[in-house]
Amino acid sequence: MTALQSPPSQTSTTRTMVAAINDALAIALERDPTTYLFGEDVGVMGGVFRASDGLQARFGTERVFDTPLAEASIVGMGIGMGLAGLRPIAEIQFAGFMYPALDQILSHLGRYRHRTRSRYHLPMVIRAPYGGGVHTPEQHADSPEAILAHVPGVKVVIPSTPTDAKGLLLAAIEDPDPVFFLEAIKLYRSTKESVPDGHYTIPLGKARVVTEGDDVTVITYGGMVEVSVKAAEAARAHGIGVEVIDLRTLVPMDLETVLHSVAKTGRAVVVTEAPRTGGFHSEISANIAEHAIDSLRAPILRVTGYDAPYPPFTAIEDVYRPNPVRVARAIRTVMGY
Amino acid sequence: MTDLASAPTNSAPTTSAPQTALPTADSSADFPRHAPATDIPFQLLAPDGNAHDPAALPDPQTRLSLYRHMRRIRHFDERGWVLYRTGRLGVFPPFKGMEASQVGTAAALTSDDWLFPTYRDTGAALTLGLPIARTLAYWRTSPHGWHMPEHLKVLPFYIPIATQYPHAVGAALAEQRKGTNNVAMAYIGDGGSSEGDFHEALNFAGALNAPCIFILQNNGWAISVPTRTQTRAVNLARRADGYGIPGVRVDGNDVLATYQVTAEAVARARAGEGPTLIETVTYRIAAHTVADDPTRYRTDADTAGWAEKDPITRLRLHLLAEGILTEESDAALLKEIAEEFEAALNEADTYPEPEPAEILDHVFAEPTPQLVAQRAEILREVGE
Repeated sequence: MTALQSPPSQTSTTRTMVAAINDALAIALERDPTTYLFGEDVGVMGGVFRASDGLQARFGTERVFDTPLAEASIVGMGIGMGLAGLRPIAEIQFAGFMYPALDQILSHLGRYRHRTRSRYHLPMVIRAPYGGGVHTPEQHADSPEAILAHVPGVKVVIPSTPTDAKGLLLAAIEDPDPVFFLEAIKLYRSTKESVPDGHYTIPLGKARVVTEGDDVTVITYGGMVEVSVKAAEAARAHGIGVEVIDLRTLVPMDLETVLHSVAKTGRAVVVTEAPRTGGFHSEISANIAEHAIDSLRAPILRVTGYDAPYPPFTAIEDVYRPNPVRVARAIRTVMGY
Repeated sequence: MTDLASAPTNSAPTTSAPQTALPTADSSADFPRHAPATDIPFQLLAPDGNAHDPAALPDPQTRLSLYRHMRRIRHFDERGWVLYRTGRLGVFPPFKGMEASQVGTAAALTSDDWLFPTYRDTGAALTLGLPIARTLAYWRTSPHGWHMPEHLKVLPFYIPIATQYPHAVGAALAEQRKGTNNVAMAYIGDGGSSEGDFHEALNFAGALNAPCIFILQNNGWAISVPTRTQTRAVNLARRADGYGIPGVRVDGNDVLATYQVTAEAVARARAGEGPTLIETVTYRIAAHTVADDPTRYRTDADTAGWAEKDPITRLRLHLLAEGILTEESDAALLKEIAEEFEAALNEADTYPEPEPAEILDHVFAEPTPQLVAQRAEILREVGE
């Protein structure tokens, strides 16, 4: 189901997600001289997760550079670079550090095309590691995607595999409008797969059906995809067919794929690791309720984080972040309704 | 904010240097040092129109052009009040008394340069060439006012305070990276200089050597809050010192002075010498907006002294004394300015009202499925 645009290279290389992201950044910098990469520690050091490892050495300090430590101006300066015809790629070191830039994001990022009637547009990408599961310190594990998805005029992409990360990131960089690209910290190095070499893109706004099944649809994205797939495998052992849909893009959302699946299964479970109230899971749920109520045989369930700050307490962090057991329980609940 | 997460283990351990001296991050090898801004604003013309040093003045043609620009934007400001009161203009922020501050700075740019104006900088945008009809449309809340001309890099007026400052740095940096010698100019007020984005942008511009000119118009008021309540600092140009960039304090009611210091800053930026902060010391004679009542927070006595420092009167006295302007040529100029304005007003009157579904135009290059559905919803709502 992975739709690759522009035929992938004949060759491929086994890569982690962070290596696939590094490969995508290198390809973008190589293909388009108007592409610039910047942020805190992205230059000399190659980023705290090494996503930009080696890129300053390869492309120079003008194209790949360290900025002063101020998130609002990292985003704000990128906006100005985009106005002037460049393709800025900004890294915010952690999604939880993005909040000083929210003024820029809410006040400007999504408005430039609109308030200049397309005289200007911002082909800008803001990358940020997000999410929990690796026992990071306080403030390093936030999932603020719903805040970003709520901003008109910006797109939000969250990959769940190395191959998707590369193709979606290249599509985001080539998109004419601002795109947030959130990278699950848990997935950076936890899995490897064979990733096509060279340039390819995966279109934004197209979900991926990860596992097929007739009984329950699980809609998720990013770091919760592997959790949901494990739950689906457990359910399958009990004879329950679970269709896991990886949304891949929150804005624009591929509602068609979601509704097609729910029409078949009649049951929906939505899984994210963000706080529950006002989360993007609620947007997904509301859309299913609006458009597929006649198909539903059970309430739509949300399996999410809780309405408390993400806990940095190693001993109990896993209580907050949904795990396969919680997702499997929700699957059983909708089956038994 | 710093990264507290454990980085991959391949980072080199740091070694301690011998403690012979405190380590410093002295950038003087890269960038020149600058003397702090003086407290007394730079001035070329005294309020009575006399030049301190006639040899230091720009040529007569430039002086006359600056006068014309000031006359032109004051006419816009004065007509704006009338149009507002007769329901032909929305709420707009007047700038009377600040003409020298806006004209002298914007006139130092070319149409290849970037202008990031605040909502009070209608005069600066007009000076750089924003058409009057489009400007009227903006303050009429018409989307026609959002169509910025292709031959200019003037951005629509910024309503949030200071948030356009980092954008100017980015545009300036982009010009530098592209190898042009174009610059970016961004305006702000004394109140705006309390915002974090102002300080961040000055620091970024200094650190990245961006060809950016920051115009801090100290007009004494942030709506109802006077500068002395806004900050304990008196000389706002000195804020540049903290970022290692030149700061200049200039008489904001002396257009020859604002033009000269800005032209020098622009020349430095074009030559690769980086940003400058210019504080124009001026005064907001009028209300915050045409809908504001300044009698709630200040008295006529507060403003009386500033009326005597009127920037247009000052240059007019000088030009008349020098024979660069006559009463007759001045009257002809005013007539020409009034005719230009009325023609633009007539043009603005021809702009059609927007259609309801235009709300959803220009969100993305390609509308998302959600926007397509919402457009259909709007069309159903309005019965089309």
